[in-house]
Amino acid sequence: MSVERTYKEINERIKAGKAVVLTAEEVIDKVRAQGISRTAQEVDVVTTGTFGPMCSSGVFLNFGHPQPRMRMSKVWLNNVPAYAGIAAVDAYLGATELPEQDPANRNHPGEFRYGGGHVIEDLVAGREVQLKAISYGTDCYPRTKLETTISLDKINEAILFNPRNAYQNYNCAVNSTERAIYTYMGVLKPHFGNASYSTAAQLSPLLKDPYFKTIGIGTRIFLGGGIGYVAWHGTQHFPGFIKDEQGNNLTGAGGTLAVIGDLKQMSSRWLVGTSFIGYGATLTVGIGLPIPVLNEEILEYAAKPDEELYAEIVDYGLDYPNSTGRTLGRVSYAQLKSGTITLNGKEIPTAPLSSYAKAREIAGTLKSWIQKGEFLLGEPSQLLPGPDLGLKGKALT
Amino acid sequence: MAPEKIILRFTAETVKKPIIYTLAKEYDLVANIVKASINPDQEGTMVLELTGERYDEGVRFLEQQGIKVQPLAQEVRRNEDKCTHCGNCTAHCPTKALFIERPSMNVQFNQDECILCLMCVKICPVHAMEVRV
Repeated sequence: MSVERTYKEINERIKAGKAVVLTAEEVIDKVRAQGISRTAQEVDVVTTGTFGPMCSSGVFLNFGHPQPRMRMSKVWLNNVPAYAGIAAVDAYLGATELPEQDPANRNHPGEFRYGGGHVIEDLVAGREVQLKAISYGTDCYPRTKLETTISLDKINEAILFNPRNAYQNYNCAVNSTERAIYTYMGVLKPHFGNASYSTAAQLSPLLKDPYFKTIGIGTRIFLGGGIGYVAWHGTQHFPGFIKDEQGNNLTGAGGTLAVIGDLKQMSSRWLVGTSFIGYGATLTVGIGLPIPVLNEEILEYAAKPDEELYAEIVDYGLDYPNSTGRTLGRVSYAQLKSGTITLNGKEIPTAPLSSYAKAREIAGTLKSWIQKGEFLLGEPSQLLPGPDLGLKGKALT
Repeated sequence: MAPEKIILRFTAETVKKPIIYTLAKEYDLVANIVKASINPDQEGTMVLELTGERYDEGVRFLEQQGIKVQPLAQEVRRNEDKCTHCGNCTAHCPTKALFIERPSMNVQFNQDECILCLMCVKICPVHAMEVRV
């Protein structure tokens, strides 16, 4: 008889300390050994994890008022501008923002040693950060200038809100041109000198629920070392599939998450300021999602191994920047993780950008939180849009 | 006279040039190759100890050939607290001193294999690779 579970039943088992939790890596071995049905009967939750650069990240801050009060119209943190076009002492600091006067790519390739993501790391690590603000002054908010030092515990709120994280899948990037190129997929050597990829594959959250049967608004997650939530679907959430020659669905691709959580309970181990030479600054974010084994079908996707998950190979020298839509083929994550792939008869060394070792640690941490009863599953108020809706990106004209 | 320790970086084109011969014959310099990672038609790196009166002229000759010349750092170290084991460095390390251990997917650094090319220092996204001069 095939198993059916509800969130409520799983949470009761978690509270009783009886829930059976495996990481997405562990569950693969179990399914290989004893099949889907028996594993589905035994396992309540599968935990996933990913730890990679996620540019669409940032933090809403409320500094509290100085005396006299101030309606901050421009704000800088360690000389990095934050968006202050919201209420008086609120601001949003984005991960990719660069300091004023940063040379960026004027001396190519730029270093991008510090940016918004690094400020977020400094804050979450408890380090002091210089706050500078200016205002045009009003009757109720007369102050026009402020320079002071803040730290995370001195300010009212710091809410991490990342509008596009945990990309379901990513291209395997190569470079066909004559020169090295500097991209968000790292440095790509000329003449297909290397191949870059960036997912935790068999551990990665959205690859393990490609039909969005469990992930929705209110899903409780591991976020930056603390507890966070799925707030919405992410920007550019166009879930679909990489297909084989016969048009069969192979691997989910195109889904994204908007996530939210209290920065004050997160850790600089799992939110790390990051620089890509010649490209920019960003934030590496740790995210883990629990997948409740509500039925066998959900487990079947959650147990997909690297051998059955694919990435498309894309030329970042030509096709990606020009949006031609052309791909050079597809490759399994098992091949990518082996260290070399073969493209047109040529062996190409591969390297990841997303840390598989840390993804495993995140899935393991989430597993232990659930086993200890510290983390209950959040039942989504509404599931995220799935691939059946056929959402597609629009091109700007 | 103490030798000058330098590191040369070749492109796939400049790697073909017979520089050691020219340094000896034209500039009267004694070149001791400490470490090298040179392959036909690929970017390459060479650590040299160069001794002689006309050292500056020799370096100028190398630079005119399109070869980058840098003073040699003493040591590259990995800051273990900072490294996230992403693995991005491993594709750029010419001697595979930085490599991914499988199946753990942890990044390992074998300092004995490091030829101090400093590529990892430039590209590490979290600046975990540090130079000691």
